[in-house]
Amino acid sequence: MNSSPVSQASSRPNLAIETRILRKTFGSKVAVRRLTLEVPRGEVFGFLGPNGAGKSTSIKMLLGLITPTRGEAFVLGSRAGDVSVRRKIGFLPEHFRFYDWLTAAELLDVHGRLYGMPRPRLRGRIPELLNEVGLWPHREKRLRDFSKGMLQRLGLAQALLNEPDLIFLDEPTSGLDPAGRKLVRDTIKLQRDRGATVFLNSHLLSEVEITCDRVAFIKHGEVLETRRLGTLLEGEVTVTMRARNVSPEAQAALAHRVSSLQVTGDHLTFYVPSGDDLPAIVRFLVSQNVDVYEFTPQRLSLEDLFLKIVGKDGGL
Amino acid sequence: MGTWVMAGVTFREAARKKVLWMALIAGAGFLALFATGVHFQVRDLHVPNEAIRRQVLNSTLMMGLYAADLLTVLMTILIAADTLAGEITSGTIHAIATKPLTRRQILLGKWLGFAGMLTVYIAFMLGGVAVLGYLLSGATVQHLWQGLGLVWLESILLLNVALLCGTSFSTLATGVTVLGLHGVAFLGGWIEQIGAVTHSQGAVNVGIVASILMPSESLWRRAAFEMQSPLMGVVNLSPFGTTSAPSTMMVVYAVVYLLVALVLALRNFRLRDL
Repeated sequence: MNSSPVSQASSRPNLAIETRILRKTFGSKVAVRRLTLEVPRGEVFGFLGPNGAGKSTSIKMLLGLITPTRGEAFVLGSRAGDVSVRRKIGFLPEHFRFYDWLTAAELLDVHGRLYGMPRPRLRGRIPELLNEVGLWPHREKRLRDFSKGMLQRLGLAQALLNEPDLIFLDEPTSGLDPAGRKLVRDTIKLQRDRGATVFLNSHLLSEVEITCDRVAFIKHGEVLETRRLGTLLEGEVTVTMRARNVSPEAQAALAHRVSSLQVTGDHLTFYVPSGDDLPAIVRFLVSQNVDVYEFTPQRLSLEDLFLKIVGKDGGL
Repeated sequence: MGTWVMAGVTFREAARKKVLWMALIAGAGFLALFATGVHFQVRDLHVPNEAIRRQVLNSTLMMGLYAADLLTVLMTILIAADTLAGEITSGTIHAIATKPLTRRQILLGKWLGFAGMLTVYIAFMLGGVAVLGYLLSGATVQHLWQGLGLVWLESILLLNVALLCGTSFSTLATGVTVLGLHGVAFLGGWIEQIGAVTHSQGAVNVGIVASILMPSESLWRRAAFEMQSPLMGVVNLSPFGTTSAPSTMMVVYAVVYLLVALVLALRNFRLRDL
């Protein structure tokens, strides 16, 4: 149980999510060590980490499904788990499951009534959402006859039913084909455009790269780094080059100008903080009489960044 | 509002999954068999004394009520064992527990749905036996409403214990635990009855201890005591009546027991990580 002093509301209303040294243990196993996170309202936020990093446990604590062992969490200004604030929250679980004897339209009706939505509003909202996720032709079909992808689309629809201010999407593209993944991307953009905050947990880094404003890298239940995506990915560059006649002095001087220099035979790889630095590096190499056969700058992908920050072992 | 939505979903689930319909169809088969048995018994029963004839027919009626009660017990355990444990295991509960309703509303909603369903089932089964028994043999159930009320309490008690177990155990473990507890109560009830007939205080005490552990069978035996003919308890013609009726205090204890089970289930479910 929470042992820290309890305050019921956050003092920072501009934040959609705020956690302070959040911790969760299951017996002797530490699932989340000390999660401190701030997500401003209106942002699409990516929550990245290897398997077992504590992402799902963190999301469950934010949703009130799991009680933190220690620390504080606030969602939309209220304590995480507050029943009234859930009216403004949408959630798509990683493996969306519901009563398979319901039809698609009935499922949305049940969820709408659990949200306390009035009937007239639901009557308009259900067809609208089923059309949006491409399930209108299947509205009378029972869930037991749905494919995994169709279930995921329906799960997405129920997460958007109440036009939430904050949407948690836990692996939303799981089981989806390319068209389904595009639907998720478009939906996230639409939600951002109407001012909602999206908290996205996904292993598909290419999707995160396209949709998120900011990402947090989490490992062993701790945030290692939080980065704004647009500026970061425009700036940092990986260079791979093939060169001969690289003297030890030239190599040492290069190591001062770049980061993470690795030399394997004729092949060199390194990072530079900006593409603007590349001409100066080429001029330097030529001035050192280095014979350059190949020089290939590449923008750092989110995957590169992930591996750089989290490590290749994935925290296992 | 959320409670009623959950109650409606729970009730509809039983109907849609054909649980309720199959139970009622199987129940109709049971009633048909009972009616056939009574018909032949009435036609072929030749005893010189009208009082004995009435006792035999009353005994048949009690047998029908006894069997209906047993089916109600099994029905309760079967439908209630999976509701929480199954949804927690499958993750279905995640989509519900993140909606703007408290865990108490979720659990009470489910409780209301099951209680409604069991009420329909008990009325159909035990009411059906009482009506058919009267129409075919003229045998009447004494204190029918008290009897039905006590059987209803028995099934609610089992429902609450199943919900309590479901907050901590898997579906299978819940079913096995509740069935095991009822088995203890069932056996204890018989030991107590036999002890009463043979005037063995030790056996009676064993039965009382079993009833304290799980008072479900006590409620049936009190219901049987209320519903049987006054003479039946005295002459002990049938194993389906009762000679050692649990006291009113035991009924009060059972009511407290079922309320405590529900309160503990609510508490456990509120504190449980999902």
